Amino acid sequence: MPPSDLIQIRGLNSFYDSRQVLFDVRFEILRHQVTVIMGVSGCGKTTLFRHLTGLKRTGPSEILVDGQDLGMFSETQLRTYRRRIGVLFQSGALFNSMSLRENISVPLKVHTNLAAETIRIMSIMKLNMVGLSTFSDYMPSQLSGGMRKRAGLARALAMDPEVLFVDEPSSGLDPITAAGLDRLLLDLRETLGMTVVVVTHELESAFKIADRIVVMDNGRVMAAGTPEFIRNSTDPRVRQFLNREADTQQVNLDSYYRCLLEEER
Amino acid sequence: MTRMVEAIGAFGLKKVSSAGRLGMFLLYTLRGIIYPPEKFWPVVKQIEFIGPKSFFVIGFTAAFTGMVLGLQGYYTLSQFGSESMLGSAVAISLVRELGPVLSALMVTGRAGSAITAEIGIMRIEEQIDALECMAIDPYSYIVTPKFLACLIAFPLLSAFCNVIGILGGYLIGVQQLGVSEGAFWDGVNSSVVWKDVYMGMVKSVCFSGLMIWICTYKGFYAGMDEGSFGPEQVSRATTDAVVLSSISILISDYVITSILL
Repeated sequence: MPPSDLIQIRGLNSFYDSRQVLFDVRFEILRHQVTVIMGVSGCGKTTLFRHLTGLKRTGPSEILVDGQDLGMFSETQLRTYRRRIGVLFQSGALFNSMSLRENISVPLKVHTNLAAETIRIMSIMKLNMVGLSTFSDYMPSQLSGGMRKRAGLARALAMDPEVLFVDEPSSGLDPITAAGLDRLLLDLRETLGMTVVVVTHELESAFKIADRIVVMDNGRVMAAGTPEFIRNSTDPRVRQFLNREADTQQVNLDSYYRCLLEEER
Repeated sequence: MTRMVEAIGAFGLKKVSSAGRLGMFLLYTLRGIIYPPEKFWPVVKQIEFIGPKSFFVIGFTAAFTGMVLGLQGYYTLSQFGSESMLGSAVAISLVRELGPVLSALMVTGRAGSAITAEIGIMRIEEQIDALECMAIDPYSYIVTPKFLACLIAFPLLSAFCNVIGILGGYLIGVQQLGVSEGAFWDGVNSSVVWKDVYMGMVKSVCFSGLMIWICTYKGFYAGMDEGSFGPEQVSRATTDAVVLSSISILISDYVITSILL
């Protein structure tokens, strides 16, 4: 059975005050696939991420989840949507006053009626998935950045979400740990049928795990398709991104001076 | 000229927006009383942080305030030959006014600033976003337990402040300056009536509500009103929370006193 659309982004525009950061973004996130959203820093990936996780308000008919308009969700509907998703933030976003095990047990305690011992066991199991079961009683401040990120992933998986959103999973990680995380994301898709959405600018990681890649630049989607399609793209900006070429555009001195003087005023 | 009008308009809109957000914040916090998760142990934990851990600073402040009241009161009353009224003067000053106000200001500086900083750091480290993404109401999880704990702990701290302050006044007035012990305690007993205690308790409940509302709001929305980012968000939010809370306590003290007296 061909994969179906789980989330459709149909003409998403986003603003911070009067500054537009996303321009008519359109693509689909398919069920049981790994979708990677790539682009240079400041292209709008994180803003898009915040829209998809419901942290930034979306306009009507801009994002559809299973055919329902995310922008028109009531508080209850938004809460129901969030119970279907897991989110790993770039820094891990662990609660500093709790141990790793306590961090993972937070959603289990709030959303389930499981006994304390069952929650404890499930928390250890989730930590085991990311290779941190021996650190269950450690506080986040006692761990390295990579370990905090893995613990954050364990917490994102606590409620066995249908969709996993991951923001810059490899940033700050050594190649071996990053490769381990990539393997884990693929395992989640293969064994649990999870839909995974990854925001990253790491090319190697993206092509390794993605079923679909969306390349963004300056708030716009430049290309969207399979890794093969992206690799063969003739769009100059996509090629520049894939070939890791620096910008070579010449600075217009007149506009540069005007910009400096306006700043000073 | 146009720019000035635009700036004034933008400033006004921003302040109105902040005021609206402040009001909605209180409503969400109160709604959190009936929302999950379960609140008992989180409230107890916050009472332990706000209450007993403030005993030292409250006790210290109250003792020296009582001692100063005893000293100043004795020399003022002795000009009229009314030293025996010292107990009444110390007790009424503390119970009606100084106990609630000083304990509120001390707790604001100690616990209020810590609460603002804690929540502010949660904001900049995306921990509040993480709670929202886990379908956990952040107001109910973070703010409401602190709110309830403050409403419970403040009146008790205020009472503690009163007791220690009166003892401080006793120490100086009776033990050092020679006021009759019987006259001192008789003055305390006869002059402090239910209306005074009631006024003190109403003040401490109102002050606690104001303090925790402002401090948790400032932490929760750290950076949004001030337009700052990163660690500066937290430091500005903490400073603003303490200053705003203190001013609110002093203004509301006057309002409540004028209503209840």
